[in-house]
Amino acid sequence: MESVKVYVDVKAKFSKDGRLIPLSITWTDGSEYKIDRIKDVCRAASLRAGGAGIRYTCMIYGKESYLYYEDNNLWFVERKQA
Amino acid sequence: MGDRTILHSDMNCFYASVEILHDPNLRGKPVAVGGDVEARHGIVMTASYEAKKFGVKTGMALWQAKQLCPDIVFVSPHMDRYFRFSRMAREIYSEYTDLQEPYGIDESWLDITDSVSIKGDGLKVATEISSRIKKELGITVSIGVSFNKIFAKLGSDYKKPDAITTMYRDEYKTKAWPLKASDLLYVGRSTNAKLKRVGINTIGDIANAREEFMVDRLGKMGSILWGFANGYDDTPVRAQESSAPIKSIGNSVTSPRDLINDTDVKIVLYILSESVAARLREHGFRCRVIEIWIRDNDLFSFTRQHKIKNATNITGEIADEAFRIFKTHYRWDKPIRSVGVRGADLVNDSYWEQLDLFTSYEYRQKCMKLDASLDDLRKRFGFYCVQRGLMYIDRGLSDVNAKEDHTVHPLGYFR
Repeated sequence: MESVKVYVDVKAKFSKDGRLIPLSITWTDGSEYKIDRIKDVCRAASLRAGGAGIRYTCMIYGKESYLYYEDNNLWFVERKQA
Repeated sequence: MGDRTILHSDMNCFYASVEILHDPNLRGKPVAVGGDVEARHGIVMTASYEAKKFGVKTGMALWQAKQLCPDIVFVSPHMDRYFRFSRMAREIYSEYTDLQEPYGIDESWLDITDSVSIKGDGLKVATEISSRIKKELGITVSIGVSFNKIFAKLGSDYKKPDAITTMYRDEYKTKAWPLKASDLLYVGRSTNAKLKRVGINTIGDIANAREEFMVDRLGKMGSILWGFANGYDDTPVRAQESSAPIKSIGNSVTSPRDLINDTDVKIVLYILSESVAARLREHGFRCRVIEIWIRDNDLFSFTRQHKIKNATNITGEIADEAFRIFKTHYRWDKPIRSVGVRGADLVNDSYWEQLDLFTSYEYRQKCMKLDASLDDLRKRFGFYCVQRGLMYIDRGLSDVNAKEDHTVHPLGYFR
C-alpha cells in the first residue's frame, strides 16, 4: 500500500511579523501547485498520514487540502486515496 | 485559604501511542516499543492497550512478550519523537499555568488554582486540555482533577485511556478509598505486603487506621501514607523549568566478547560516554553525577557513582571520570560482560555555578567547542566519520552498537 504521508517540496515566505506562509507545493511528479489562499492555520495531528505539526488549510485550484509543517522542518500532505 | 485546583495529566501508553500515530498501519494492533528488535534482546518500554490485554507489561523481556502475544509488533524507540511530543504537550499545559511539574516524560502535574477565574474550573480546563492534545498531538491523555497532587494522580489512573476523573473533597471517600492500597503513590510491593499482613487492603483502610499504628508498622513513611490517604497532602506543584524533566541519561551495552583488561573497558566506556555526552548536549543538559555499571561474566553486577566538581557534558570529562571510577572499584577477579555509563543529577543550560581558581575554564570552553564541532560533523556525515584513536585498538569491540538503551526515570516525589 502506498503511504498516505507524502513529503513535499514547498516554497514559502517569512512575513515581516514572523509568520511562515507556504506559497506553493511541488508534487512527487514535479508539477508545482500554487496555493491560492490559506483558510486556517492551527496545530493539529494527522491520524490518516501519521504525524503532527502546524496544519495549513490551503485552497489549491478551488479544492481544500491540508499541508502540515512538522517540528523536524519537513512538510507533508495526505495522499488522496482513489 | 481555599482549596487548590490540581490536574495530573498522563499521556496514555505514551511511546506506543506516538509510534502508532506515525505509522497508521499499527493502529488496532498489539504494539510494544522497546529494545533492539533486530538483536533480539531488550525490554518492553511501553505496550499498547491491545498488547496489554495479553498481559504484556513494561519491563518485560521482548521474548516474554512474544510468548504472551505471538502477533505482537515490536517497534524500536524514537526518543527524539517522544521528547518532541512531550515538549508539545508541555506547551499546551503552559497556556493554563506556569506551575507545571513533569513526572517523567509523559506525566505532569498542573496547579491551575490561579487561572480558574479566567479559564474555568478544573473539569473545564481538563476537558479543554484533553481535546487539544487529541487534536494537536493525535494521542490521548487521562486527567485527574483534585485539590492535591496525590488524589489528582489517583484520578488520572482511575480510568484509562482518554478519560477525566475528578477527585474532589466530597468525592474521594467514595472514589479513592475503595481502591487497592497499592494504587497509592509510594506503596510498592514490599510496603503493600506489610499492609496486607495487618489487614489493610484499600486506601480507605489506610485512611481509617490510626496514624500511630501506621508509624508503628512503616516508620516515617506510615505517617506520610496516612496523610496521603486522608487528603492531607499539601506538596506544592513545582514551577516550570526549575528542573530537568528527566533524571538521568544513561547507556549500557553487552559487549560482543568478554572484556579482559583495562584497555577493553576503556574502549567501551568511551563509546558509551560519547553517546551519553552527545545526548546530554542534544537535550541541553549537563550532569553533576557520573555513574558506572559493571556486570561480570557470572552476571553479578554493581554500580558506583561519583559527584563531580563542575556540571559537564564534555565527552572527555565524562569518559575519564567513568574510567577513574572503574579503576578505583574493580579488581579484575572476573572478566566483564556488560558495562554502562550514566550521567545523573541533571541541570539545564540556565544553571550557574561557582567558578574556582584551579580549573582552566578556557580549556573547558575549548573542549565544549570541540564536542560541538564533532556533533555537527556527525550529524552531517554520520557517526563514524570521525573517531578517537582508541577505537582503532580493537575494531571488534569499538564496533559494538551503542544503541540507545534510553532510560527515562521520573524524579522522586520528595525533594
